[in-house]
Amino acid sequence: MTIGQAAGLKLGKAVRDAFGVALKELGNDFPDVVTVDGDVGNSTRTEVFAKAFPERGFNVGIAESNMVGIAAGLAAAGKIPVVSSFAAFLTCNAYDQIRMCVAYPHLNVKMVGSHAGISIGEDGASQMAIEDIALMSALPGVAVVVPADAPSTKHLVKGMLEHVGPVYLRCGRIDVPEIYGPDSVLTIGKANQLRDGKNLTIIANGLMVGIALDAAVALEAKGITARVLDLHTVSPIDEEAIVKAVKETGRLVVAEEHLPHGGVGSAVASVTAQLAPCPIEFVNIGNTYAESGDPEGLLVKYGLTAEAIVAAAEKVCSR
Amino acid sequence: MAEVFPHVHQWRLAGRFPQRYDSAGMESSPVWHPVKFLGVFTDFPTLSSVCLPSKEYRVAISKPLSLDQLKAMTKVLRRHIVRMTTEAGSGHPSSSMSAVEMVTALFFGGFMEHDPAQPRWKNRDRFILSKGHAVPVLYAALAEAGYFPVEELMTLRKLGSRLEGHPNMKRLDCIEASTGSLGQGLSVGIGQALACRMDGLSAHTYVMMGDGEMGEGQVWEALASAEKYKLANLTAIIDQNGYQQTGATKDVLKLTEFQPKLEAFGWHVQTINGNVIEEVIEALKVARSVKDNPTAIVSHTQKGFGILPILAPTGDLNYHGKPLSKELAEKALALLAD
Ligand SMILES: Cc1ncc(C[n+]2csc(CCOP(=O)(O)OP(=O)(O)O)c2C)c(N)n1
Ligand SMILES: [Mg+2]
Repeated sequence: MTIGQAAGLKLGKAVRDAFGVALKELGNDFPDVVTVDGDVGNSTRTEVFAKAFPERGFNVGIAESNMVGIAAGLAAAGKIPVVSSFAAFLTCNAYDQIRMCVAYPHLNVKMVGSHAGISIGEDGASQMAIEDIALMSALPGVAVVVPADAPSTKHLVKGMLEHVGPVYLRCGRIDVPEIYGPDSVLTIGKANQLRDGKNLTIIANGLMVGIALDAAVALEAKGITARVLDLHTVSPIDEEAIVKAVKETGRLVVAEEHLPHGGVGSAVASVTAQLAPCPIEFVNIGNTYAESGDPEGLLVKYGLTAEAIVAAAEKVCSR
Repeated sequence: MAEVFPHVHQWRLAGRFPQRYDSAGMESSPVWHPVKFLGVFTDFPTLSSVCLPSKEYRVAISKPLSLDQLKAMTKVLRRHIVRMTTEAGSGHPSSSMSAVEMVTALFFGGFMEHDPAQPRWKNRDRFILSKGHAVPVLYAALAEAGYFPVEELMTLRKLGSRLEGHPNMKRLDCIEASTGSLGQGLSVGIGQALACRMDGLSAHTYVMMGDGEMGEGQVWEALASAEKYKLANLTAIIDQNGYQQTGATKDVLKLTEFQPKLEAFGWHVQTINGNVIEEVIEALKVARSVKDNPTAIVSHTQKGFGILPILAPTGDLNYHGKPLSKELAEKALALLAD
């Protein structure tokens, strides 16, 4: 399986790479931006920014709780701190600090988690954030953003810096196909429709968007046409786009690189349950931790494939 | 935000993002709704401060009080603490009492340049109460400094009051950090100190922690990172009152020799008797004069200092997390009278 091949997409850069470059490019336009790192700036790519603006980059060591607290203090004094680590360590190690020092006082801290999902591969489950969306979207007032590719990351990083209030940005490690172009319009809180169809809507974000587009091609060959929505913002969720999709296509498949509980699937289902009940099928890694392996092998083993989405689509269409 | 993100604005209307999270954050100060009084102290004169009218202090905000006035102020704050927690029917008076001399010296002894008329003035000196449960001492000082009417102290912990059980910076502009989960305030103070230094401001940041709080690993992460950045504009205060929630601090964890530990982390450290205001003032002067390192004051205090003769007969010298009964409060107030 090569992600995006069936949909005719060409491979681009990883979301984390695009994040680092975008942050550096925006450095002069946003003079208040500073980075706060926990010894992994070369992995999260904030080092790209910190090398260009050395006096604006802080590496506070392997101490994520302290790192988030410092970011909160910087924000309280008017800076726009971008605090980053592996998504697993940022959201799990420092969750109380995120809750107390960022979300509760609603401070303007940008939290960036790299190495999200199982597609990080060989490092294994300890490094894979598969619960981060549930944790972060549980927090009142925190925007949760999951870019699908490099070009959209560039737009969403700018949106993140312009947004007033806390934001969580989830980045993947591996190179992903390019879905958007340099002139695409992406707005935090507004889903992007990438393809239209009549029989169902596939809602996805992050890495799963390219896979969803592949699935839509495969479904078309079977006579099923699918709308594809990139729900890059999980919170606040784009109720309008979801309700419209249900009204116009009747059925949903939600695909995410995350646990089944508390992620995009749960968020979408809670919108439809209230506003537009409809049949939904869910594609996610299942209620389990993953393991070491090559990224593609893991995606196949844990059911994050175009085939899995096609099967879910056929099932939802038969309900 | 409404203009830049019209769709977000719509969700706010739909109730997705509650209104209070929409503003830039700290600048918003929700209206104080009147709250119900239990009226425990209706038989006492109103709270307005006995010896030091808040108004005068407000005018000469950076002018320190005299030593005699400072000593009088410690009594005023202690009376506020007793009254407000007994009126609330809950809270942490003993944790507040141990810190009174330090808070008095900071706010009224000329160590904090601040302005109640502009609480978020950029170059203000900052005080972060990391041991947030001791917030009655902070509210008492803020009220006496003129940030809000002293009468409002009696709304502590009541529904609708800005004076929540732990500090909430969203509700009061004069609160520097929302605390209550122990161990986090020093990190926030480091962020403030870094930002002030980047902006070329002379502001100093003080962070007060409890001795039990020092068990949190994050504190030691913070100590190391403040040294890395040589934050001479940061002072950590450990209110070493000897007790934490379940007993004596030295029995819970043997961390209690703080001076050598903090020195090993590269800090400038002083150990003082923190219930003697003269010692507190001297230590704060030294702390402000150190120019190349973060400074710490290990402040040996007594939990419940000022009302210990009232607490002692109860057999509980820790008296953690409970207010005085009305009867004990009256005795305490008599003891604390001028
Ligand atoms: C992270 C965290 N754990 C536990 C508590 C509950 N708690 C509140 S006060 C306290 C004892 C604090 O002792 P110390 O720091 O010595 O402060 P003191 O009350 O003695 O001034 C505890 C355990 C808390 N607020 N935060
Ligand atoms: Mg103590």
